[in-house]
Amino acid sequence: MNVLSQLKEQIAATLPNLDLVIGWERGFDPLHHTPLFMRRPEDVERLVIDALCVHNLAVYLPGLKNKKVGVAVKGCDSRAVNQLAREGLIKRENVVVFGFPCDGAADLTKVRRQLGDISGVQSAALEGDLLRVVVDGKERETPLKDVLADKCLRCRYPNALTHDHFAGEPREARVQTDDYKDVVDFEALPLEARFAHWQQEMQRCIRCYACRNACPMCVCRDHCVAQSRDPHWVTQEDETREKWMFQIIHAMHLAGRCVECGECQRACPVDIPILALKRKLNKEIRELFDFEAGVDPQAVPPLLSFQVEEKNINERGW
Amino acid sequence: MSGVNELRIVGFLCNWCSYGGADAAGVGRLAQPTDLRIIRMPCSGRINPLFVARTLLSGADGVLVSGCHPRDCHYAEGNFYARRRLEVFKRLLPTLGIDPGRFEYTWVSASEGQRWQTVVTTFTEQIHRLGPMPRFSPGEACVAVLAESGG
Ligand code: SF4
Ligand code: SF4
Repeated sequence: MNVLSQLKEQIAATLPNLDLVIGWERGFDPLHHTPLFMRRPEDVERLVIDALCVHNLAVYLPGLKNKKVGVAVKGCDSRAVNQLAREGLIKRENVVVFGFPCDGAADLTKVRRQLGDISGVQSAALEGDLLRVVVDGKERETPLKDVLADKCLRCRYPNALTHDHFAGEPREARVQTDDYKDVVDFEALPLEARFAHWQQEMQRCIRCYACRNACPMCVCRDHCVAQSRDPHWVTQEDETREKWMFQIIHAMHLAGRCVECGECQRACPVDIPILALKRKLNKEIRELFDFEAGVDPQAVPPLLSFQVEEKNINERGW
Repeated sequence: MSGVNELRIVGFLCNWCSYGGADAAGVGRLAQPTDLRIIRMPCSGRINPLFVARTLLSGADGVLVSGCHPRDCHYAEGNFYARRRLEVFKRLLPTLGIDPGRFEYTWVSASEGQRWQTVVTTFTEQIHRLGPMPRFSPGEACVAVLAESGG
């Protein structure tokens, strides 16, 4: 039995005890899947699992805190479940997690770069290691590995780290360690170049806050400081500086909490590489506190604790 | 520091130790550079690292945070939490393209007027070496940028 049918069976069997189960289904075109909210047995038929299941569905869990909810998760998504539970933002016992071995998720920005304009896509098929699409009657194809999200190329946790059901057999991780080479390379640029990079990238931000809304760990919703006037953390001015300020806020509010699912960057309609800020903080948090959010469900979040003598913080003589 | 234009340096000081230390330095008439403007906080644990970010983005050239020495916090643990947060924030600065030397955090007790003098002088010299904080050039209207990128 393939993974999808096994997963469908597991969900169908559990659904009667739950308010709903969240998965993915085909969306408005063959390349865009969309979240599927399964309430009735016939809904389960629409479930799909493949490289186009890009969303981290854990984002819906805090809003459904007091319901009995099932959720399908990729490996990276499962870290959000762990971290949300660790922070008391969801009740783990109210959530039924459906895991499966994840082969990687496509980055539609890369697909666009490889295959050109894909807005009129008529069909898309994943055949082995190839993504084949038909756009305006013409067939185009690309190796899947060329369009996988960066996070998938460095994925260490392809199987859900927490799950109540698992369909299929766990798969090998692509890599064993993450050396944060992207962060190191960026910091090797001159200081001025790094500063100019953010001016260049941030100026096209339209302040839609899709990055925030897609983030499973951003839970303040209507109380987000991005829109609050009291306190007034960011102004309404159309200034790159204010847009950047919001990204610094997002990164710092996620320090020690970010599970690196990459949803913030994926959701950005103007492709601003904001994950870089979170990657940097995660690198430092790992070095300072030997901590990775959402990996060990028992680990104490580092910024909610301290040691009287810090091992890795140099008190700087002056 | 005479003959040099002043730069804008903002200090967030805890009420119980560092503010007292700065006061002691003043009462003892210890000479200090005049670039620093002090904001008094109840505790270093109240200092959100984003205060530092906002201050730097809004016009400061350097930000100094000072609290009670570890184990001496008036509220027992405020500075222990502060230390972790401020350290994490300081380490973000290189990726932002901001020289990490523009932000320092340290500990000065109420009796350490002389230490305060050293801290302020050293930090002010450091900021003068770095010069004014770089700023984003005035934003082109978002609409113009989008039109140009074909979006
Ligand atoms: S900040 Fe981005 S990568 Fe981190 S948890 Fe939120 S959406 Fe995922
Ligand atoms: S999703 Fe992109 S454009 Fe929208 S607020 Fe975030 S960074 Fe700005």
